Amino acid sequence: MLFARVVGTVWSTQKDEKLGAFKFLLLKQLDQKNQPVNAYVVAVDAVGAGVGEVVLYATGSSARQTKQTEGKPVDATIIAIVDSWDVDGEIVFRKDEAT
Amino acid sequence: MFLARVIGHVVAPVNHRVFEGHKLLLVRPVDPQEKPAGAAVIAVDRVDAGVGDRVLVIHEGSSARDLTGEPNGPLRAVIVGVVDDVELETP
Amino acid sequence: MFLGRVIGRVVCTRKAEGLEGVALQIVQRLDEAMHDLGTPFVACDTAQSGLGDVVFLEDGREGCYALPVFLVPVDAVILGHVEEVTVPDRGIAWREAR
Repeated sequence: MLFARVVGTVWSTQKDEKLGAFKFLLLKQLDQKNQPVNAYVVAVDAVGAGVGEVVLYATGSSARQTKQTEGKPVDATIIAIVDSWDVDGEIVFRKDEAT
Repeated sequence: MFLARVIGHVVAPVNHRVFEGHKLLLVRPVDPQEKPAGAAVIAVDRVDAGVGDRVLVIHEGSSARDLTGEPNGPLRAVIVGVVDDVELETP
Repeated sequence: MFLGRVIGRVVCTRKAEGLEGVALQIVQRLDEAMHDLGTPFVACDTAQSGLGDVVFLEDGREGCYALPVFLVPVDAVILGHVEEVTVPDRGIAWREAR
């Protein structure tokens, strides 16, 4: 799983029917120091995340291990909204401090 | 999935049934500001996309096999949506 | 999947199980302008390619689905032979010479 910040929403009406009514969010990946990595990913939201939030997302076959995405052709899913994380005992990110 | 721009066509005689009846399009990954974000790849088109369209591309084998209904499809990249709009947060 | 050009071939008598009878080609990846991209590599061939042919390939485990035996230690497979590549914005209209 990787950290990312939700930076936008992607809208598509002309899409494969197997993707149903998924909400697609645009993520910018973050490293363990909460620095943006130069990679964008479009992910399905399984937890009700919103733009601006820091989330965890799973890729590959793990992306299909949620109730919403089970058996669906999905390669990236937001699986959690992050409250905080620390590295070597130092808090790197805390949700209520983030603006 | 990633955002990409359809930049061209590839014509190749069908030699695996997974490609039958589907266009092969060249897509270049782009970021939301339209900057190229990696090398162009060939993707199977499932949504009747055209050159110039901004699209959503799935790049994972088991999703691709599911989408094409071909349990032994030798492919990963499938165009699954034409993007109407990307709404970015206001900085 | 991506484009490549066959630039050579590899002959190996002794190969891992499952690769018997599978041809091995040296491939240079191409970008959309048909220019070389990265370092050449070796790929299994399912399309009877010849030297100079433009082909399309899949890498990773997925490519192996096109091989006679699936679970083989291979990470790039030629899936087919390319006849035309068009990229209108860059004025590219490549066609195989016949």
